[in-house]
Amino acid sequence: MGQIMSKLSKTDVWRWIIISFVGAYLLIPIFAMLEFSTRGAPGERSAEAWVAIPTFPKLLSSIFSSLQLAVVVIFAVVFILVPTMIWIHLRLPHLRRIMELICLLPLTIPAIVIVVGIAPTYRAIYQIFGSSPLTLSFVYFILVLPYSYRSISASLFSIDTHTLSEASRSLGASTIRMISGIIVPNIKVGIMSGAVISIALVLGEFTISNLLNFETMQVVINLLGKRDAATSVAVSLAALVFAFILLAILPTSNRSRSSKLKSNKKTEVMYK
Amino acid sequence: MSEEFEVKLIELSKSFGEVKALNNFSLEMVKGELVALLGPSGCGKTTALRALAGLQQLDSGKIIVHGKDITDLPTNKRNMGMVFQSYSLFPHMSALENVEYGLKMRFRKVSNAERQKKSKELLDLVDLSSHMNHFPHQLSGGQQQRIALARALAISPNVLLLDEPLSALDAKVRSQLRDEIRRIQLEVGTTTLFVTHDQEEALGIADRVGVMKKGVLEQIATPAELYDKPKTSFVAEFVGLTNPIEGEVKNGKINVLGQDIQVLPGSVSAGKAKALIRPEAINLTKDSNPNAQILTISFLGSMLRVMLKLNDRTQVTAQLSNFDNINYRIGDKVTLKINPVPVFAKEL
Repeated sequence: MGQIMSKLSKTDVWRWIIISFVGAYLLIPIFAMLEFSTRGAPGERSAEAWVAIPTFPKLLSSIFSSLQLAVVVIFAVVFILVPTMIWIHLRLPHLRRIMELICLLPLTIPAIVIVVGIAPTYRAIYQIFGSSPLTLSFVYFILVLPYSYRSISASLFSIDTHTLSEASRSLGASTIRMISGIIVPNIKVGIMSGAVISIALVLGEFTISNLLNFETMQVVINLLGKRDAATSVAVSLAALVFAFILLAILPTSNRSRSSKLKSNKKTEVMYK
Repeated sequence: MSEEFEVKLIELSKSFGEVKALNNFSLEMVKGELVALLGPSGCGKTTALRALAGLQQLDSGKIIVHGKDITDLPTNKRNMGMVFQSYSLFPHMSALENVEYGLKMRFRKVSNAERQKKSKELLDLVDLSSHMNHFPHQLSGGQQQRIALARALAISPNVLLLDEPLSALDAKVRSQLRDEIRRIQLEVGTTTLFVTHDQEEALGIADRVGVMKKGVLEQIATPAELYDKPKTSFVAEFVGLTNPIEGEVKNGKINVLGQDIQVLPGSVSAGKAKALIRPEAINLTKDSNPNAQILTISFLGSMLRVMLKLNDRTQVTAQLSNFDNINYRIGDKVTLKINPVPVFAKEL
């Protein structure tokens, strides 16, 4: 044991202490949730709470609504925010600061204030689009702006966007082909992280949907918690796991590129 | 006569605020010619190239290529191949995909096999077919610029535009790639505009060199003409080295160090002036009436660079290529003689 300790440097020891602390901080509540949601008769485990999830029709429909909302918000990020940011980055750089300010503004406004401000607008939205929970995508798009903006902006600054776009244009690409074929693939990681954060935010949002009287997943989990705590914890845990799986998409998408590069290295060896 | 020109830039003007980047700039290029635009930073050379590429909006002027006015044509419809100063290969594409990209954009009906065949031919041309599956980050700077050249040539451009493509490379690679660019340009015969601030690059590669200053083309001529017969003092001083030595102009000649030397057109026509003498036009001898003293001697392999102080304390540099029988030392008193080739005389 002493030999092992002597091999580890002081930095390594501190690194492991911090990793263990953070790991425990994150994992203990998750294990507690799992333990609580699988608690049966004294001394026994039971999957009753998990099996009960599909038996709550409101719960399933709320999960479905939240997932639909997440998809709509991601579409809005990809098809509205991304092209706007690229355009401003390339053609209207003097507007970059204003764009940043607008996108980061939702971070500074509490959700309750947003609801109070947006409620009159929602009366008009109800009249035009009806009272579908999907109408929440308007306000959710605003909520995800700071996170999506930050990750996409960092990606845009990490490449020489101007030269790449000019090279692409001089080779005959239209603006749409230049954005879709050259810029977007090179800021893919930023878009993906923005999208994953957006999904996590939409699936976890409670205040606004509750105050606007929409039955999203978190609202129904809250209601369910008052009747069947174990099932509500099971659903929360499932949502967390789902978010973790999404977060795992990022490294996977990077891996696909590195595996492509590895295959190139093999080709290189063949040529030698 | 004007129909012979492949490219005509007519009185282009562009201002950025108070600064005039192009001031009634005109340039004509014949088919297959390589013209280099040379000048200090901010002289407008890159603006002229970008205007031809369609990447720079102009305040006024006209651009004609193949007899067609393309002034208002968008970049993607101009068919210009461009190599940029910074590495501009698409990072997510292999070398082959990069070369194929322009063909995909411009010739959508061409089959994949045909496209690949042409791209491989171009990679062969730049001697990098063995690297076709490499991604940009796996290539050196020189290799990236060669792929960028192949990519630009793949679309069979009307004009090849080279925007300081060698400036990010180290000296040895720069010199090799410069020769390679010239070889390839002569092989494919594409009309080429090359922008650089490096005079050695411009003089070494171009059929004609245009020297620019503050948005204006001061002079355009063959490298030898530009060096031997500069039309302005700026060109004389910017291209190559000169020693300004005071003298007096009279009847088309300037009297410098007791010698009468013919002055070039555009020089001061009478009175006191400074003759711009090339270092290689200076010869040294040892006699009883010395007019200079040696300050330093640098051995440069094929030549000797000698710095001297004239009797009036003016410092001059001489470049001696034939120095086998000369045994000079620092501090030696020598007589400085000037070859009687025409020189440019500028105002004091």
